[in-house]
Amino acid sequence: MSESEYKFRVAQSLIGRGKVSRRDFIHLGLAAGLTVAASDQIFVTVARAQPQQGGFAKLGMAHGATTDSIDPAGYPDTFTQTAFSGAMSNGLTEVDAKGGIQPDLAESFESSNGAKTWVFKLRKGVTFHNGKKVTAEDVVSSMRYHMGVDTKSAAKSLLESVSDIKADGPETVVFTLNSGNADFPYIMSDYHFVIMPSVDGKADWASGTRTGAFVLENFQPGVSAKLKRNPNYFKNGKPYLDEVEFIAITDLAARMAALSTGEVDYIGRADLKTLGMLKRNPKIEIIEVTGYGHYTLPMNVTIAPFDNPDVRMAMKWAIDRQEIADKIFLGHATVANDSPIAPAIKFYKNPEPQHRFDPEKARHYLKKAGMEKLKVDLSVADAAFAGAVDAGALIRETAAQCGIDVNVVREAEDAYWDNVWLKKPWCASYWSGRATADWMFTQAFAAESSWNESFWKNPRFNELLVQARAETDEAKRAAMYGEMQQLAHDDSGSIVLVFNNFVSAQSKKLGHGDVAPNWENDGLKMAERWWMAEA
Amino acid sequence: MRLNPVAKTVLQRLGLGLITLFVVSIIIFSAIAMLPGDFAKATLGQSATPETVAALQHEIGLDRPPVERYFSWIGKMAKGDFGSSFASRTGYRRTVAEIIAPRLYNTMFLAVMTALIAVPLALGLGIVAALYRNSWFDRVVNTVTLTTISFPEFFVAYMLAFLIISRDTFAGTEFAQSLPVWLAISINWTLNVVPKFPTLANINDQTPFWDHVWRAALPSATLTLVIVAHMMRMTRAAILNMLSSPYIDMARLKGMRPMVVVLRHALPNAWAPIVTVVAFNLAYLIVGVVVVEVVFVYPGVGQLMVDAVRSRDVPVVQACALVFAATYVLLNLIADIISIATNPRLLHPR
Repeated sequence: MSESEYKFRVAQSLIGRGKVSRRDFIHLGLAAGLTVAASDQIFVTVARAQPQQGGFAKLGMAHGATTDSIDPAGYPDTFTQTAFSGAMSNGLTEVDAKGGIQPDLAESFESSNGAKTWVFKLRKGVTFHNGKKVTAEDVVSSMRYHMGVDTKSAAKSLLESVSDIKADGPETVVFTLNSGNADFPYIMSDYHFVIMPSVDGKADWASGTRTGAFVLENFQPGVSAKLKRNPNYFKNGKPYLDEVEFIAITDLAARMAALSTGEVDYIGRADLKTLGMLKRNPKIEIIEVTGYGHYTLPMNVTIAPFDNPDVRMAMKWAIDRQEIADKIFLGHATVANDSPIAPAIKFYKNPEPQHRFDPEKARHYLKKAGMEKLKVDLSVADAAFAGAVDAGALIRETAAQCGIDVNVVREAEDAYWDNVWLKKPWCASYWSGRATADWMFTQAFAAESSWNESFWKNPRFNELLVQARAETDEAKRAAMYGEMQQLAHDDSGSIVLVFNNFVSAQSKKLGHGDVAPNWENDGLKMAERWWMAEA
Repeated sequence: MRLNPVAKTVLQRLGLGLITLFVVSIIIFSAIAMLPGDFAKATLGQSATPETVAALQHEIGLDRPPVERYFSWIGKMAKGDFGSSFASRTGYRRTVAEIIAPRLYNTMFLAVMTALIAVPLALGLGIVAALYRNSWFDRVVNTVTLTTISFPEFFVAYMLAFLIISRDTFAGTEFAQSLPVWLAISINWTLNVVPKFPTLANINDQTPFWDHVWRAALPSATLTLVIVAHMMRMTRAAILNMLSSPYIDMARLKGMRPMVVVLRHALPNAWAPIVTVVAFNLAYLIVGVVVVEVVFVYPGVGQLMVDAVRSRDVPVVQACALVFAATYVLLNLIADIISIATNPRLLHPR
């Protein structure tokens, strides 16, 4: 190896630490016998792969409204979630890029008493933005904020199984649950459960003082939020960026234009219809992650004709999921199989057989139910999910070939979740998904859940749900969740159409590691995890 | 006592204006009350449980009957208190005034900026078009302005944004490669002559003045294209109407230059219809620009009102509606005053 080649190697390793400029690097590359273009290419590749400090990222979010606030009782969509939960705050735990659970503000956690008692030990020496130490007291107040009769928190139901929380010394928090839950640490990673300072025994959310990688500098609801680096952040070296600005760009075309002209470095929810054009731009990278979110058509199993399992089965065979994935979601979706557990989730098992469009089978089940023809109403609106109305039209066509007459009723978008969902016998619905099988099933399929959208009450399923939750033997749990996914597939009233992909687009200037699938925008934590590869 | 006709009109119109505002507030309030859902349900969405909805409704007073809510709102309103947004929480008050003020400033900024460009442009074009009636210039101006007014404003807005994007991407498109090289190069050159205006007009209270102007350039250009035709054509028509009067023939016979005839003789008598149309367009610049605001992500009152309607934030919707109604009333009043002031027969009635 010649001297110049050696220097070139050394320089490559220094790029990642931001210690070599592009110009110097290209000089070394020329000395080592490379062309300008080749060394420039190496510089960009290496620089992007290694996190480096500094930079100001402008992130275009697909949501944002003037009613947004930093109150964690709300956080209705990706703007507030990514800016105020992901960038500004921490929970006790977080989900990593592989879907596993990691301690965040907690240092460790362990369960006892059949997963009924959970002890979280806090990390030592962590402070809030104002310098105050994080204590167990703060954690207790922050959790209580989402509990009790008069809470306005949207996450209230997640903590319903918690019977008591107490601080055991300044660094230990003990949760006592009504029944065992082996996945409780996953629930603690929910974006609502951020840790806030306790003032007079109450969580103080209004000051915006949190523990996260970024400190809030300026927030204009519905417009933008600017945050700057927290120099005392407890994670070594993080965050990489000096400043981030979240910009609310709800208009799809405006979002695409802002990225194309370089006015933002990232946009959430790229326009699928024009994605092909965006791909041609060499400065832009598109990230597609199969998330946990899924689109469903719940049938109310307490109302005729859906009270008959054979009718439900006929409906499940009368829908062309592949066509819906291709035509409505333009291929940016993964066909589902009437179980709400996404492939990326632990204990996922694809039930047999795969439900697809098969008029023979649909007619067979219809006949088994003692019917020749069937007429049903399907209530849809794009408020359930963008494309629901079009999906209804496709379903009408395929079902007609099975002797099922689907009357697609277009409902008002306003107050859809209030007037249609859980009210009409068959409608369209959307779930952003949950990080564990138990969590998803408990919210949308458990007999006693207020969001059991198909009103399905299968005794075996509910028995397994409770058993599996408290079971700590992994193999036994896997078997139980396997059976539950099969039961949901065979018997429940929920038709799960497809799992959605998170499609985002960004300038190649931004660097990142593996992208987490649990929520959009790298599990909402992109501000903490991403970096500027070149300023 | 005989009132000056201007003062009389002002008083009369202000009184009527107040009644209009009152009626508007009732209509808006009942319209929102008739919409399905309320703030608590809209905010909590899919994740609402009956208990959390009830707790939130109680906190913002939605559990009281609508008539009572309306009267308590109008009572405060009469004292100049716009109230608080429903997004307020205990210990975190967000008054309607502080929510609307920066948005109203942005809207006014855009409206004034556009008016400063569009009104002189429209009047100038209209006068010149009248002067050289049926010339090539007249025809071209008419065709171009009619074209821009005929397209929906969002289309004009997207086309402008597309032009800006094309600056960087045109050379790489298949379309450009299919063109003869000289043509592709000259199109690319033309595109790059246009400054790279930002397609994202997101400004906040810390944006410096000139940066604000720069960021508002595309929205303002869109609105100018949309409103110029109306004002320009009215100017042209009103002046042409005057030009056929005997006193203009007299002026011409005296040997006055055509420009002087138009500016000194025809224009003063043509003001009334022109001012009415200008006022109408200015009002549109304030109350009707929500589509342009959305396309360029410009935080104005229009977007605020749409947001507020979606979340059923009644106090904010009410305040926006009143601001819009007041704008119409005041601008029409100003137009009438100018019409009277420029017309001696109305100013000094016998």
